[in-house]
Amino acid sequence: MGKIEWAMWANEQALASGLILLTGGIVGVAGQFRGWQFAAYGVAAGVFVCLLEYPRGKRSKGTSVARTGQYCFTVCVKAFGPLTRNYYVRAFLHAAICVPGGFMLATVLGCVCLGIASLIYLAAAIRGEHWEPILPRTETQRKPVPPSIKNPPSNPPPRPPPEMRRKRVDDLEGAAYDNPIPVTANEY
Amino acid sequence: MFVVLVWLGINAFLFVHFYMAFLTPRWFYTRVLLGHALSWARAPAAALNFNCMLILLPVCRNLLSFLRGSIQFCSRTAARQLDRNLTFHKLVAYMIAFHTAVHIIAHLFNFEFFWDAQLTNDTSSLPYVLSQIGNNDNASFLNPIRNNHTSPTLITFTTIAGLTGVAITLALILIITSSMEVIRRSYFEVFWYTHHLFVIFFMGLVFHGYGRIVRGQTVSSLRTNQPERCFNHSDTWGEDGSDCAVPEFAGNPPGTWKWVLAPMILYVCERLVRFYRSHQKVVITKVVMHPSKTLELQMKRKGFRMEVGQYVFIQCPSVSRLEWHPFTLTSAPEEDYFSAHIRIVGDWTEALYQACGGDRTEPQEAWKLPKVAIDGPFGTASEDVFRYEVVMLVGAGIGVTPFASILKSVWYKHIQKNQEVYTKKIYFYWLCPETQAFEWFADLLQSLEGQMNDKGMSDFLSYNIYLTRWKETEAAHFRVHHEAENDPITGLKQKTLYGKPNWDNEFTNISTKHPGTKVGVFLCGPPQLGKALEKQCLSHSEADTQFIFNKENF
Repeated sequence: MGKIEWAMWANEQALASGLILLTGGIVGVAGQFRGWQFAAYGVAAGVFVCLLEYPRGKRSKGTSVARTGQYCFTVCVKAFGPLTRNYYVRAFLHAAICVPGGFMLATVLGCVCLGIASLIYLAAAIRGEHWEPILPRTETQRKPVPPSIKNPPSNPPPRPPPEMRRKRVDDLEGAAYDNPIPVTANEY
Repeated sequence: MFVVLVWLGINAFLFVHFYMAFLTPRWFYTRVLLGHALSWARAPAAALNFNCMLILLPVCRNLLSFLRGSIQFCSRTAARQLDRNLTFHKLVAYMIAFHTAVHIIAHLFNFEFFWDAQLTNDTSSLPYVLSQIGNNDNASFLNPIRNNHTSPTLITFTTIAGLTGVAITLALILIITSSMEVIRRSYFEVFWYTHHLFVIFFMGLVFHGYGRIVRGQTVSSLRTNQPERCFNHSDTWGEDGSDCAVPEFAGNPPGTWKWVLAPMILYVCERLVRFYRSHQKVVITKVVMHPSKTLELQMKRKGFRMEVGQYVFIQCPSVSRLEWHPFTLTSAPEEDYFSAHIRIVGDWTEALYQACGGDRTEPQEAWKLPKVAIDGPFGTASEDVFRYEVVMLVGAGIGVTPFASILKSVWYKHIQKNQEVYTKKIYFYWLCPETQAFEWFADLLQSLEGQMNDKGMSDFLSYNIYLTRWKETEAAHFRVHHEAENDPITGLKQKTLYGKPNWDNEFTNISTKHPGTKVGVFLCGPPQLGKALEKQCLSHSEADTQFIFNKENF
């Protein structure tokens, strides 16, 4: 498993945990369970974790697949700079967030899942991974179209006289000719 | 599609049936405490039993291959259903996740209601009275929350049902998150190892009901205390003169094992078969390095028999003891060896390449080649190719590999045995983003082309190679050599085309050229292309000409 980026799996696990925490919290609040305050916390914490984990980070090797509509989340998460870039911070953050969930049955599952996600993030951080935003390629990165192609050519290309141009299938060697002007593609 | 509908129907039936089963008098007092949340928990439990039984079956590939072999003689459609095994496995997995969620949420309510009942502390309330039953013998109780010093969370972690429930749910969640496409495609090992948590899942599932924590009135108790009559007189239960005894409760015996035992045994057999097959000796007879990082391994194993387009799982103990990776066989059954072309894209393939001495230039001694093990071959749709008179083969990029086997086999059948081959015409489409991946396959096509010309059969195979992406420098090169007789890239007489094929035209041409025939369409490539081709098959299948779509998937 040399090239695994643990952060990718930690991200999936954390996102799932956020959803589970959120669902458990909603059930606890809607059912007015005892300890519903913890459930309300679960809702808030679940939403926070989902927002944080929704934008997938850029893989250091290979193509990164962004989640649908994650661009605005990427911008928000990126704004926190080193806090979100560093996976140690995320690991401890998730560990801290998950603790209050353990006090109520409805949120206990979300708590344990988030704890596991925190451990995987810790593994990622120890291996030196960090979060990079997936940003769309900007226009300036594309090579500018050279001016020479914009206008159609005004002169016909130089051609040898018609006798030479006719295809001489019987004498392929003799039919070859040297173009007076060298033909090369536009190289930059 | 039909199978999916039947499966959904059974799910719905089980859900409704077991929902209703808990609305009977036996569960009257339980419902006093829990209301309909009881049924909401038991109904998905039944559906879960059903789905957990099913989930192991689609991945028993040896069993499926065997079944496929015997069904093949019956009909083509049934055999094709088995190709969707992985899709079905995933579908069942999603259903398990859904029912688990419903089950857990219902039990959350159940525990809360049990707790409420215990904490009312009001002897005139029926729920409280019910909760006190069984305080003496601790056997005939109804409410698993036995006193007001405990809590749902504590009960969860101190009962068999609770502990197993948490453990298997965690296992399920980890399995699901590591099976997401991103993880599965890029970090196969994480996916594969984590998936083995299913062992914990099944063990926990079987023991989940052993605590008999969901309790209904016993049959004998129903005779001495009829709920509809007696529920109003809870203060006089068991007293002389009253005709209502104190009710007694017991849990149902665990039933999950009845559902999952057989599939578990089948799966164990499947793993044993794989283990046995993997220990048969396999010898690498030749290693060929092709351009653009493609490694060809030619191997022999005693008693190995294959059909066209099948795949095998290859393991190389010196690289990794636990990893088995699938590769399509590129050799034809008529050859005396079997081969796979392996692209070097990751850890395992890179290590395999080095173990085979790929980075050394001088020839290797045969005994220095690493030991490998093979599981398979396993069949996929390509076996059906020869049952069609006209065949369209579409391969995208590396997806062309199974077709190497088919083309070679077709050729051997024609020249060696002079058999009457049912297939009369093959249209072959190869879509490739770049020129570099061509070489080994182009060599094959070239040799086939030459041999066909010699035999005067040059119109048996019509192939079209599409370069879907090219660089400007190359385009200039093509412009200049447009008149050349052979294609400048592949050296083949049929030219390379650029861009993507116009499928509408292709299908129309083929249906006009072959009216009244069943045309088999085989694809090995990305799902979007599959959808496009499937649509074309449906829209062009009129009156006589029928296009039947087959898809390979890994």
